[in-house]
Amino acid sequence: MDADFRRSDVLIIGGGIVGCATAYRLGKRGVKALVIEKSEIGAGGSCRNAGGVRQSARDVRELPLAMHAVSDIWPTLGEELEIDVEYRQRGNLRLGKTEAHIKALTALVAKSVSAGLDVRMITGDEARAICPHMSDEVAGASWCPTDGHANPLHTTFGFYKKALEYGAAFVTGVTVHGLKKIRGRTRQALTDDGVYEADRVLLCAGYESRAIANTVGVDIPVEREVSEVFVTEQRPPMFDVMLGTSDADFYGHQSKHGSFVLGGMGGMEKYTSNDASVATHGITAPRLSRGVIKYFPTLRDIKVLRTWAGHYDVCIDGVPVVDNVGEAPGLTLAFGFCGHGFGISPAVSLALSELIIDGESKSIDVSALGYDRFRAKS
Amino acid sequence: MQRTIRTRPTLPFSPEGDDGLIVCRCEEITKGEIRRAVYDGMRSMNEVKRYLRAGMGLCQGQTCQRLVQGILSRELGLPLGETGRIRGRVPARPVILEDFGMSDGDSEGV
Ligand SMILES: Cc1cc2nc3c(=O)[nH]c(=O)nc-3n(C[C@H](O)[C@H](O)[C@H](O)COP(=O)(O)OP(=O)(O)OC[C@H]3O[C@@H](n4cnc5c(N)ncnc54)[C@H](O)[C@@H]3O)c2cc1C
Repeated sequence: MDADFRRSDVLIIGGGIVGCATAYRLGKRGVKALVIEKSEIGAGGSCRNAGGVRQSARDVRELPLAMHAVSDIWPTLGEELEIDVEYRQRGNLRLGKTEAHIKALTALVAKSVSAGLDVRMITGDEARAICPHMSDEVAGASWCPTDGHANPLHTTFGFYKKALEYGAAFVTGVTVHGLKKIRGRTRQALTDDGVYEADRVLLCAGYESRAIANTVGVDIPVEREVSEVFVTEQRPPMFDVMLGTSDADFYGHQSKHGSFVLGGMGGMEKYTSNDASVATHGITAPRLSRGVIKYFPTLRDIKVLRTWAGHYDVCIDGVPVVDNVGEAPGLTLAFGFCGHGFGISPAVSLALSELIIDGESKSIDVSALGYDRFRAKS
Repeated sequence: MQRTIRTRPTLPFSPEGDDGLIVCRCEEITKGEIRRAVYDGMRSMNEVKRYLRAGMGLCQGQTCQRLVQGILSRELGLPLGETGRIRGRVPARPVILEDFGMSDGDSEGV
């Protein structure tokens, strides 16, 4: 029984949203996956993120994933997973207060427009018409009407539940230390619970994927960066857009529940990100609180209930790796999501299921996310 | 961390007479919803919290944590001590945003 359990068609390392969603998509096509998770389901970034589903201000190399997710998957994902993913497509405002902000936003907009995205600059008054209660200091904003937000917890567990229904198995509390090739193919995961084996391996364990990929001679330059989110008490609906600022002094939205989910950084991350534990830092949420009040003075008396931290898996060139590895056949990589992998995860998992089963991603162009793009130029 | 194997349940969900009982008062989560969450695959206090919001409200689980642990341990057939706890989060009790904004010593900020 135990030996049987340790074999599968596909081994997935990492039980975050990418692992859960890919297990579901493989199951739907009759391929059995076993997901190995060292902690709990979604305990990494997937249950720590702020729920932004954003195409604007993205690198054009991952825009096909973001646009596919928004046009083809998110609108019906709740029905598909039979859970309320709380997807709201009411646009994204990126706010600017100074001339320098407006200049930076205008440059970002120009890039996205050239890649075919509907995003434009609007005035402060236009922004206040979309999102009332905002301070008069807001001088302008970029506006992407097709962006939005969703509930990352429901989405992650929705994929997990559906994956189970379609026959995937999960084992939690097991840590993968390395991979092993058998006759040239990547077949085994070496863990603190012995050897697990499959015909194919998907590595989607966030930052820790780097060291695991190293064991079969592949190195993807990914670093760890800590970031924080906090949540307030409930308030009656105030706005429905996703918000960010050019100054990055906070970002966030009001959830369906009524609480505000707000996130950002404190400025010391360069010195606090190497710690494997994800503790909150005493200066971060207070700094973000000040940021929020500057844009939304009416929120100054709302109660903060809970703060937490999470790790971004930051790839040095700003986009993830989503690819099959040529010199370690059988191995597929999906990590380096740079702090915005939640919104694209429904599309990433589709691309991964095709990379694994069909050998190439046909529905979405992920050719700019290759694992071999870091090779030294000759 | 204990190894836990998770697969699809083989029996249908069986409702119980007192499933309507409210367990988490802040977020109005019932016993039946917690039992259903376990049926859906949740295996720890943190997973139940993230799936249902039990323990995410104003009291941050001060009132319901032990009750949820009890239901979880019964549903999973685990000793009471082995269901884990929901992770404690800063601030330990709700703080007004403006006060929180000054809590790192920067009184000029707001
Ligand atoms: C604070 C914060 C805010 C964010 N906000 C947004 C947002 O608004 N919008 C957006 O799109 N994205 C956001 N993100 C990013 C998003 O959360 C991630 O990109 C996404 O969750 C990635 O999913 P994943 O499955 O790749 O990674 P994860 O959810 O991190 O999953 C990786 C899993 O692998 C497991 N693992 C690690 N090492 C091992 C090992 N050796 N063996 C077995 N298992 C292992 C981990 O425990 C973890 O569960 C945010 C992230 C953070 C931290």
